[in-house]
Amino acid sequence: MPVEDYDIVIGLESHARLLTETKMFCGCLTRFGAEPNSQTCPVCIGMPGVLPVTNRKAVMLGLRAALAFRCEIPARMRFDRKNYYYPDIPKNYQVSQNYSPVGAGGFVEIEADGVRKRIGLDNIHLEEDAGRLMHPEGSGADYSTVDLNRAGTPLLEIVTRPDMSSLTEVEAYMETLRRTLEALEISDCRMEEGSLRFEASISLKPLGSTTLGKRVEIKNLNSTRAVLNCLEYEIRRQAAALDAGEPLTQETRLYNETTGRSERMRSKEEAHDYRYFPEPDLGPIVVLDEWLDRIRSEMPELPNLRKWRFQEAYSLPAYDAGVLTQKRSIADYFEETIAAAEAMGAEAADLAKQVSNWLMGPILREVNERRVDIAGLNIPPAHLAELVGLIQKGTISKNIAQDLVPIMIETGDPPETIASRRGMIQISDAYAVEKLVSDVLEAHGKQVAEYKDGKKAVLGFLMGQVMRQAKGKANPQVVREILTRTLQS
Amino acid sequence: MAEEVASATAVEIARMVAGGSISAREVALTFLDRIEKVNSSTNAFLHVNQDWSLSCADLIDQKIARGENPGPLAGVPIAIKDALCIEGAPTTCGSRILEDYRPPYTATVVRRVLEAGAVPIGKTNMDEFAMGSSNESSGFRKCFNPWDLSRAPGGSSGGSAVAVAAGMAPVALGSDTGGSIRQPAAFCGVTGMKPTWGRVSRYGLGAFASSLDQVGPLSRTVEDSALLLSVIAGHDERDSTSLPDPVDDYRSALGSIKGLRVGVPAEYFGEGLDGEVAAAVRAAIATLEEMGASLVEVSLPHLPYAVAAYCIVSMAESSSNLARYDGVHYGARKGGTRGIDELYAGTRAQLLGREVKRRIMLGTFVLSSGYYDAYYLKGLKARRLIRRDFEEAFEKVDVIAGPTTPTAAFRIGEKINDPLAMYLSDIFTISAPLAGIPAISVPCGFTSERLPVGFQIMGRLLDEKTVLSAAAAFQGATDFHEAACPL
Repeated sequence: MPVEDYDIVIGLESHARLLTETKMFCGCLTRFGAEPNSQTCPVCIGMPGVLPVTNRKAVMLGLRAALAFRCEIPARMRFDRKNYYYPDIPKNYQVSQNYSPVGAGGFVEIEADGVRKRIGLDNIHLEEDAGRLMHPEGSGADYSTVDLNRAGTPLLEIVTRPDMSSLTEVEAYMETLRRTLEALEISDCRMEEGSLRFEASISLKPLGSTTLGKRVEIKNLNSTRAVLNCLEYEIRRQAAALDAGEPLTQETRLYNETTGRSERMRSKEEAHDYRYFPEPDLGPIVVLDEWLDRIRSEMPELPNLRKWRFQEAYSLPAYDAGVLTQKRSIADYFEETIAAAEAMGAEAADLAKQVSNWLMGPILREVNERRVDIAGLNIPPAHLAELVGLIQKGTISKNIAQDLVPIMIETGDPPETIASRRGMIQISDAYAVEKLVSDVLEAHGKQVAEYKDGKKAVLGFLMGQVMRQAKGKANPQVVREILTRTLQS
Repeated sequence: MAEEVASATAVEIARMVAGGSISAREVALTFLDRIEKVNSSTNAFLHVNQDWSLSCADLIDQKIARGENPGPLAGVPIAIKDALCIEGAPTTCGSRILEDYRPPYTATVVRRVLEAGAVPIGKTNMDEFAMGSSNESSGFRKCFNPWDLSRAPGGSSGGSAVAVAAGMAPVALGSDTGGSIRQPAAFCGVTGMKPTWGRVSRYGLGAFASSLDQVGPLSRTVEDSALLLSVIAGHDERDSTSLPDPVDDYRSALGSIKGLRVGVPAEYFGEGLDGEVAAAVRAAIATLEEMGASLVEVSLPHLPYAVAAYCIVSMAESSSNLARYDGVHYGARKGGTRGIDELYAGTRAQLLGREVKRRIMLGTFVLSSGYYDAYYLKGLKARRLIRRDFEEAFEKVDVIAGPTTPTAAFRIGEKINDPLAMYLSDIFTISAPLAGIPAISVPCGFTSERLPVGFQIMGRLLDEKTVLSAAAAFQGATDFHEAACPL
């Protein structure tokens, strides 16, 4: 059977590194890229006798995520120990949450192929990251080294239910998750630094079948690209096996980015028994209502909700709304510009689209070229609003406006001030244009006669003459109107 | 003067040193000399570093010479259980797996006693990772009871109890998980106290069972234990389970016990209690009554479940706490040229002792999938019932009194091959840690073989003051604590 004849059932586990200065249970810094083992202390090395002290900021970020994803938050939260042996976890247990995670249930609302869908969450929980094992270059080495700088870094693990049924949905989920965590300043989600990592579980079953297929878990997915490539491979592999009547087994596989294939890591029988039990070195955390109230009051609008609001409230195309809500600072800038334009009396029906065009075009181009945040661009929203207003009123042309942008950035002055100081204001005044037109017509009697003989094409020539006289500053629409009227009279 | 110091209490030594009648150095030399004489026959100390001890003493003397306050423990030699970390000093937890390990930091309690002017005199022997009741499970050498060298000093803080009993130190630090301070104190005829769980920081104490472990003092007199406890108690920002409640000046709070309601649990005087021990403890209770306390019969009906609950909870936690000793990041390493699993197995199989391995395996078992509910959760439930027994009893009484141990010191070799008999020797001491409450053991007599008998007084959560007052009053009326061991 072709792949289309199978129902695909996918769930994702995502590990996001929390935006904290220090580690989950000690005061070591969490900076990326430091000398190996330079950011460690007896606590995160797991020396005898050390005790963990919970990072308050990490707990608050976990609660922020729990509120954003509409999870149930326990009145008392605990940490649990997840026991397994591996050299990158120096205590041979990881402090995590199993019995009372920071958030239970909840959902992430995505949009895939224009359809909105809620991807259910099983839970979200806080935990400490492991260190990194490094294997010496070249073959034959009989040792590995371990860097514990990352050990103890605060993580938020977000575990979905198996609610995704296509790669499009998986992609939309990962994108929504990333944007949400970034917008809420929970994680910087820098994948190249391992700030956001994934594990997937996938099973296939014949279309409409109610019997679930064998679940395969895949680890070692370090980018969204890897997740999609791997799942694509895995769908084909599982479909081919089912077609051939080969039984699939519940197992854990590792994705090999080089070969693009997944390889068996361990079977269900070899799975770890993590022997979770409550961490006795940490008391329960009583979640106070006042914490939640404060977090709620500081919580920005979720990027997806904002995108959908932009589409509806400003009649923007989905593409525009998506770009504008990519970053909270840009979305804020957009709304502040609209508000400023309205305050200046702008009432054009396509105001939002005009602002969007300017923002997505010249403004973001400058932001990207200059590698600054939009707030650091030196064009406050009111100045952009004024620029769009000047174009709509015909005071300046679009071309002039384009030229104004770099000057606005350099000087920080409002566009009208610059335009008038530098004589960039268009001549739209009918009296002034009429004077220009009559001068030109007087000097070009031959062409006027040709026009009157029906050779309408000379209009372009005459337009050019007027514009030249006006040194390019005449409003072309007004020139054309007056020129035509005068010739026909 | 040296002779006077050798039998002096910590309170007296601190007074003499601060007053300038003897230097901290002279005091240290006196006790180092005693260690030199009797440590080889008792093995109380695993590590003695004379130079370091004397340089610590000199610092105190210099402080005094400069007119600075040397602290409440000025020049008091202190023996420190080898489970407590001292930066750069051997800290083995009694295990060969940490034989050459030197911690990069110092335990909060050690830091506090040093800041209070105490002089570290050595690190004491213990059962490996505090798992044992006889000190026979030490990874290095057995420790002997100075009252009878063929008998066990108790454990796991056996070395600390012997150090005090044999006059090698006036005070010592130990740790108690199921009786590891009180049982050796009883066996060696000294005073030993386990404070409320969370009263004293655990930061820097090599963990056995986190929810039960507590550091506490050993000394000859209750007054010295009160002094030492005041120094080590209190919140520590590095131990988030340490309690924020203010610390009493326990020594000055020692007072009358007139009107004190003393609970006597019938369950503590049942089958298995040695007759001579029972008689000494009943006499001790009668002494309290003569001093104005009233006796109230109380019941602790869940006592029969205490050993089982204790084994499950402590072994579960220890199986996880001890997982870090794997030869990878620090400590000794054995075997394992063919992969990480072999390294783990080789190191742990060869360097951990029998009792430790037994508890790790049992603890791993009770946390395993399919057994967690049946064992671990049941253990927690029994623990809650035991805690409730005490809460109900303490509605009627201020303290609960009874024997510390069912028998006096047993012979070395008597129980080491019968783990269950060994665990049962802790029957009266394991309830207090399960309930988290403070408890003290003071000497209350001798058996016909002249072995010390311990008298245990337990109190409400954070009510160390009342427990210490009752014990101090008892010592004020008796002289069992003044008896010198034959060594």
